[in-house]
Amino acid sequence: MSFERYDELAALVPTEIVSHSYVQDVTLAEGAGVLALITLDNDLDHAKPTTLGPNTLIEFGRTLEGLKDRAARGEIQAVAVTGKPYFLVAGADLSTVKSVKSEHLGRLMAELGHEAYDLLADMGVPSFAFINGVALGGGLEIALAANYRTVSSGASGIGLPEAFIGLVPGWGGVYRLPRLIGPANAVKVMIENPLSNNRSLDGRAAYGLGIADALFEPADYLEQSLLWVARVVNGGEAATTVTRRRAELARYDDAAWTGAVAAGRAFVETKTSNAAPAPSRVLDLLEAGLTLTRKESAAAECTALAELMQTPEFHATVYAFLDLVQKRGKRPAGAPDRKLARPVSKVGVVGAGLMASQLALLFARQLKVPVVLTDIDQARVDKGVAYVHAEIDKMLDRKRLSQDAANRVRALVTGSVSKDVFADADFVIEAVFEEMSVKKQVFAEVEAVVSPDCILATNTSSLSVAEMAADLRNPERVVGFHFFNPVAAMPLLEVVRAPKTDDAVLATAFVLAKGLKKNAVLVQDAPAFVVNRILGRMFGEITAVFDEGTDATTADNALRPMGLPMTPFTLLALVGLPVGQHVQESLHAAFGDRFHVSANQQKLIDAGVKGLWQKQDDGSYSVPDATLALMERGGSPSSTDEVLRRTQDALADEIGRMLDEGVVAAPEDIDLCMIMGAGWPMHLGGITPYLDRVGASERVRGTTFHQG
Amino acid sequence: MSQHTESAAGRRLARAVRDVVFVDGVRTPFGRAGDKGIYAGMRADDLVVKCIRDLLRRNPSLPAERVDEVAIAATTQTGDQGLTIGRTAALLAGLPRTVPGFAIDRMCAGAMTAVTTTASGIAFGAYDVVIAGGVEHMGNHPMGADADPNPRFMSERIVDPAALNMGNTAENLHDRFPEITKERTDAYAVRSQQKLARAYEAGRIQPDLVPVAARKPGSGWTLNTVDEPPRPGTTVDDLASLRTPFRAHGRVTAGNAAGLNDGATAALLASADAAEELGLPVRMRLVAYAFAGVEPEVMGIGPVPATEKALRQAGLDISDIGLFEINEAFAVQVLSFLDHFGIDDEDPRVNRYGGAIAVGHPLASSGVRLMNQLARQFEEDPSVRYGMTTMCIGLGMGATVIWENPHHEHYGQDAA
Repeated sequence: MSFERYDELAALVPTEIVSHSYVQDVTLAEGAGVLALITLDNDLDHAKPTTLGPNTLIEFGRTLEGLKDRAARGEIQAVAVTGKPYFLVAGADLSTVKSVKSEHLGRLMAELGHEAYDLLADMGVPSFAFINGVALGGGLEIALAANYRTVSSGASGIGLPEAFIGLVPGWGGVYRLPRLIGPANAVKVMIENPLSNNRSLDGRAAYGLGIADALFEPADYLEQSLLWVARVVNGGEAATTVTRRRAELARYDDAAWTGAVAAGRAFVETKTSNAAPAPSRVLDLLEAGLTLTRKESAAAECTALAELMQTPEFHATVYAFLDLVQKRGKRPAGAPDRKLARPVSKVGVVGAGLMASQLALLFARQLKVPVVLTDIDQARVDKGVAYVHAEIDKMLDRKRLSQDAANRVRALVTGSVSKDVFADADFVIEAVFEEMSVKKQVFAEVEAVVSPDCILATNTSSLSVAEMAADLRNPERVVGFHFFNPVAAMPLLEVVRAPKTDDAVLATAFVLAKGLKKNAVLVQDAPAFVVNRILGRMFGEITAVFDEGTDATTADNALRPMGLPMTPFTLLALVGLPVGQHVQESLHAAFGDRFHVSANQQKLIDAGVKGLWQKQDDGSYSVPDATLALMERGGSPSSTDEVLRRTQDALADEIGRMLDEGVVAAPEDIDLCMIMGAGWPMHLGGITPYLDRVGASERVRGTTFHQG
Repeated sequence: MSQHTESAAGRRLARAVRDVVFVDGVRTPFGRAGDKGIYAGMRADDLVVKCIRDLLRRNPSLPAERVDEVAIAATTQTGDQGLTIGRTAALLAGLPRTVPGFAIDRMCAGAMTAVTTTASGIAFGAYDVVIAGGVEHMGNHPMGADADPNPRFMSERIVDPAALNMGNTAENLHDRFPEITKERTDAYAVRSQQKLARAYEAGRIQPDLVPVAARKPGSGWTLNTVDEPPRPGTTVDDLASLRTPFRAHGRVTAGNAAGLNDGATAALLASADAAEELGLPVRMRLVAYAFAGVEPEVMGIGPVPATEKALRQAGLDISDIGLFEINEAFAVQVLSFLDHFGIDDEDPRVNRYGGAIAVGHPLASSGVRLMNQLARQFEEDPSVRYGMTTMCIGLGMGATVIWENPHHEHYGQDAA
């Protein structure tokens, strides 16, 4: 065996930040002999996680080869792998994996991992992994390949997120994990967690599932792990405890295995409509793995990895995850220098309705500054403040806030019927009825009270920010601050720059967004900004084909291949038909007929119908005859493919126009908005990579959004 | 959450002084200070935390919430040794938040003072069980760094500025005692190295060491299980050629003085009653302690008056002391003590396991190391009834603690 055959792979990434395999001999306690301790370390601080690229894996593999020889010579009695502080290894270096341009090289990369990890599994002496911190993907698979594992109770970020990224845990994880913790829990780790906002485990949970054999506290984690190793090597009670515990945690039969796979498939269908290939591929491997040998499974894993590495879904996910969420999302394009930002030590919220109350809670909880709500009468004010207090109590009950913290936040939120309370506020946001005259009047009243530096923000979703500011003495103080519902859960904030908004105001808005833990994207003052405009165009197409005579099932399910979080009609019902209609009308007013306003939808609203679909007694959904009877629909139905293609083209058209108009700086911002604000899938890359891939941008615009 | 054996009302009325016992003590292996030392890049508080945790692990019958105080000494109380290190170490060690802690400083006698101060609290009835120890990461905190001596020391000649440098005070001691020659101090230093090496071979040192994992850039994690400073093969000839950095043609060298070191210690003390109640071992009983001041310019002589004071309090004579653990800041300072009491340079009662010249002296931590070693020697040698831990202290002080051996046949028979 030799690692020379991977040279061509290593040459691909001459600039790889190598995580070295440093080896130190440690004399074990209690006469257990010498342990060779490998530390995976890239010699950079904790802001630069250790990752696995070809050069790293080759060095790791060669180090293990050397240690295997030493073990054979009797020089060492055990081998262990750990990482630099806070990391075992954060997983494969995704930008490297993305740059693997051929299936041949992808297969080499997959085989390289197997070759190195298999050495660790079979050192001739017991091998150990000390999961001291983050252990994701290929990082956790190193630990799984070792014969024994400890984990730090201070570790977090432990998991196999491959299904989320667009790959499979194909360096042995998919084979080894179910045998260690049972197939049901393996499905949880490999499928459910990745597809649930890419959730991961902490040290305690990993130990609880049986991923690790022993759990130690961080204060002397490595020392205690090494002492435990000595006891396991010596074969005493520590060793029997491991054997007994594993037998308990990995208890399963063939039926449990098959059942776990089936449950996993159902979960994937619900979460993703099977729009992306990776999750099912994980389950295929798991299913087959029951009767395969390790070697046979390894071959299947390598094939799966080599193929998936070339899929657009994988590339789009890496783009969405690395380039957008982790990079651009943290450094918003176009945000002014944060040094220009002004301090915000008191916030005013105009309105005490549901949206306003949610905003008050968010500001108080995250910024920990006084927040005062106003409304036109005391009853509304009291209701708004009561809502906030009730939400705080819920957090207290769920132990998400301590009693002291709850007291603090509760005391921060007060209400008044007079806008005089805004006199010393630095930032006042309005969340009143979506009507220009109302908003203008509110801003005029607030401006009469506040200091000249006070920022006025609007949470409008569709009105012109510039017009709202037009009659103010200081229009430069106005900025759009568009949240998404539910405010606490949705990470996106569209920060709207009106033509007169000044840099200090904009800088303050971005700093505030960060303080509120929202991802801000800078958008220009164009009707409905980004997310609602794109959703509106999509709703328009789907309601149009329905109105033209396409049946509801076809219309509503045509976009399934995109794997959106919910179907258009379901989403419309959730938003509320009147709200959706209102947005659609304003888009139509602004942009004309390319935004279809459904007369049928208006009829449903007038009749008090909440949504097209209604749940039946058997749990299925259908459109009631009474609902159908309310509407007048045409006689020219479209096929599923036609609906899909038409919607793709409409989206490409609209996004193209938005970029031409300069609503955002780049297609990346569109994608970021759709991921953060509408929950559109990473495997679409938001939306523009998908539109390029299916040819929509080429068809509509004669060019793609992304080059190369 | 202490559950005192006496009632509070009882203590408000008549009060009996309670016996204080040394239950257990541990330390980290000592390292050489500086970039190449085993603890380069490591935090001082982490070193203490490992000691505290090991102490509790070694004494599983002690519920952590029964610890009434954590007193940790450090000479420099800033940075990783700042922020009231006794409290921070308690929190970082995972002790219950109900367990208080404080920081304490008496330079080299920091840990010793942590022991005597908390022991007094036990005797008084304020505590049942305490943790006392010390730390000095001299790599992170070079001696005297950031100190700002009052100019009055110089203008009013309160202290000769040269006395703020410990090496100078050792040279001064040679001036005062011309019979203590460089040959004698070098010979003493060589024996210290040899005695430590023999103690290691016999496995006397290792049982009280807490392994410490440390990581260095470019080489990964390793586990430190032995002291770094010792130079076991040292000969008199090796030492003869060393520089005398404090004075041209002087006598004090790196070879006959303790080095600059990193390390931490911690001990568990209890009232005799609490030890019995909790099933904790009694390894020494505290008999008496004393501190005394001397001229700062010859601070090394400090142990002499401190010892005389402690002996007087205990009603003992120097001849009653069967074992001495004297800190070896400088060989000359040890020899001045031995000469004063008429003890031979090679007396087998003195520093059986060698001393700081060999093992190192991370300033405020050393007091508990002396106690750990005395407790081991008590175990080995039940014929010894009384032993002494003593050390000199910067700015002219000495500290002495006298202990009784519980393994001795007459143990406790004339205890108050």
